[in-house]
Amino acid sequence: MISMTPRKDISLYRTFLTPLVAILLTLVIGAAIFDFLGFNPLESLYHFFVAPISRYDGIGDLFVKACPLIITATGLVFCYRANVWNIGAEGQLVLGAIFAGGVALAFPDWPAITLMPAMILASVIGGICWAMIPALLKVRFNTNEILVSLMLTYVAALFIDWLVRGPWRDPMSFGFPLTKMYTDAALIHRIEVPFIGMLGQLHWGVVGALMLSLVGAFLLSRTILGYKVRVMGDAPRAGRFAGFNPNLITIGVMAIAGGAAGLAGMIEVSASMGQLQPNVSFGYGFTAIIVAFLARLNPVGVIFAGLIVALAELGGDNAQIVLGMPKVVTGVFKGILLFMLLAGETYNRYQIEWRRVGPQSALREQ
Amino acid sequence: MEALILTILLTSVPLIFAATGELVAERSGVLNLGVEGMMLMGAVSAFAATSVLGSPYVGVFAGAVAGAVTAVVFALFALGLATNQVATGLALTIFGSGLSGLVGAPFVGRTVDGLPVFAIPFLADIPVLGNLLFKHDIMAYMSVAFLVIVALFLNRTRAGLVLRAVGNNHDSAHALGYPVLLVRFYAVSFGGMMAGLGGAYLPLVLTPHWSEGMTAGRGWIALALVVFASWIPSRILAGALLFGGITIMQLAGQARGWTIPSQMLSMMPYIATILVLVIIARNRRFALINSPACLGRIYMQNK
Repeated sequence: MISMTPRKDISLYRTFLTPLVAILLTLVIGAAIFDFLGFNPLESLYHFFVAPISRYDGIGDLFVKACPLIITATGLVFCYRANVWNIGAEGQLVLGAIFAGGVALAFPDWPAITLMPAMILASVIGGICWAMIPALLKVRFNTNEILVSLMLTYVAALFIDWLVRGPWRDPMSFGFPLTKMYTDAALIHRIEVPFIGMLGQLHWGVVGALMLSLVGAFLLSRTILGYKVRVMGDAPRAGRFAGFNPNLITIGVMAIAGGAAGLAGMIEVSASMGQLQPNVSFGYGFTAIIVAFLARLNPVGVIFAGLIVALAELGGDNAQIVLGMPKVVTGVFKGILLFMLLAGETYNRYQIEWRRVGPQSALREQ
Repeated sequence: MEALILTILLTSVPLIFAATGELVAERSGVLNLGVEGMMLMGAVSAFAATSVLGSPYVGVFAGAVAGAVTAVVFALFALGLATNQVATGLALTIFGSGLSGLVGAPFVGRTVDGLPVFAIPFLADIPVLGNLLFKHDIMAYMSVAFLVIVALFLNRTRAGLVLRAVGNNHDSAHALGYPVLLVRFYAVSFGGMMAGLGGAYLPLVLTPHWSEGMTAGRGWIALALVVFASWIPSRILAGALLFGGITIMQLAGQARGWTIPSQMLSMMPYIATILVLVIIARNRRFALINSPACLGRIYMQNK
């Protein structure tokens, strides 16, 4: 039988060690599954985790892949810290892309200096609107935010599908479900690094993502809002005694998460696609959940966690090309990683022992 | 009209399976959000087994086993290691979607012969009703049979009482000497088996092929159905038929050339789920009277 005794304090080295051990275990289990399914495990791992970043541009692409994950996960950290289970970031991301796309298509003659801020604002509003549905329903009617936010993800995906096939389709697109290309002012440009030149697809949105997660860290650890969020998550009763309004906090964290996800959607489209299409997100909203947990719900940690998970995503693309594996195989890694992280959390908080069940153990408990 | 009702009945079968299983798990106090992942594992295993071994009955069995095994993974973490149930369930869904895609990759594009229709003697000859109710595949009968068994088990047996006690107050149940974790382990495994059966129904009856993510959110709708049923088994039947009806209405609407865009019609099951959740949650007493008090709460032995 497993017995668990709470640890009195969690040492710092455990905080850093457990994610590393979790990653290591994930690789081992992943390799075992590959082996079982008849793939060469070492070769698979190489194509997954080494080949994608073995070149300079690969590192740029890694940051590009991590960009929407970092932004979305930073927002989700606030939700999960406050024990609000928003798992519909995927839909909020899509709505951000739609709102920003609407602005970009409506004002094609605006210069970047006005168009870009307008698009950013629109995307944040779009994400917030979508997040407010589960938030307000939870506050007003006590509905389950997990189910509502998830259902809205399907609705958002169908909505953008309708837009790009119907009213927003470019008449010149030869029947492809695509909107008009954005004007140059609506695009996020690539970064020219001094001496090196272009680093893969590295674009300015990545800089924004890194800054955003630092702002998130500041908000969470140094402001009264962040304090309230942490108290409501760790000790809701204490929070209520202190006079914090749980409903306002629910709405606040959902707005932060929705706004961040919406922004991620706008950046993804403006930097990588240049027009709206039926699939603007490839599950980033769901993957960001894992990023948030890998970061142990810490906004700065989100940067590193985002890069690690992005590597698995890039690896998935590469494995698809080189080994002919289906794209979803990254899901296996992501799922195992989340399992390992959660187990690590238990290991951090409790001392785990295997104990024989029997009269002896009953005696010891007395 | 008769054909329409028949398709509604068939569409609701996977929901009945998955929701009934999840209801048992939740009544024991465990919230397993991994239904979608378990259904996908059930679906791919059922299809693969049928495709390789040639018998859809083996497929049914394989689906049930795969669902249960996937649920055991959840149980090891959420019960054994007392991890957060919401996050663990999400992990299971992500893992299940990925692994099912990987396992099913060689089977994409193949088709199988689905489950044959088994008409019940005499009863099937009743006009109209016979066609609607007594000319189905064996799994359709199974889904209703399981629902009845679960309802009787929960309300009429001692073991069912223990299961509900564990779900309502695990500390008291432990003090009375009941093995809380073991009861929950059985409940979660049963839930997984049922989700696996629900998943198996998709490639074996509804659409005789396998494609990645073919459950398309049915696992999540099953979770919403449990809330809709306010944790009472008999209400699952009504809920599943309602959702089946909405799904089919959308398809029928497309076939009849309604002027509403098809995407708007496809949104209906999801929007209906949200509306139903709101309507149920508004009446707090109705919604919560049977909800297990310890749902989602972590229990640790020898703490």
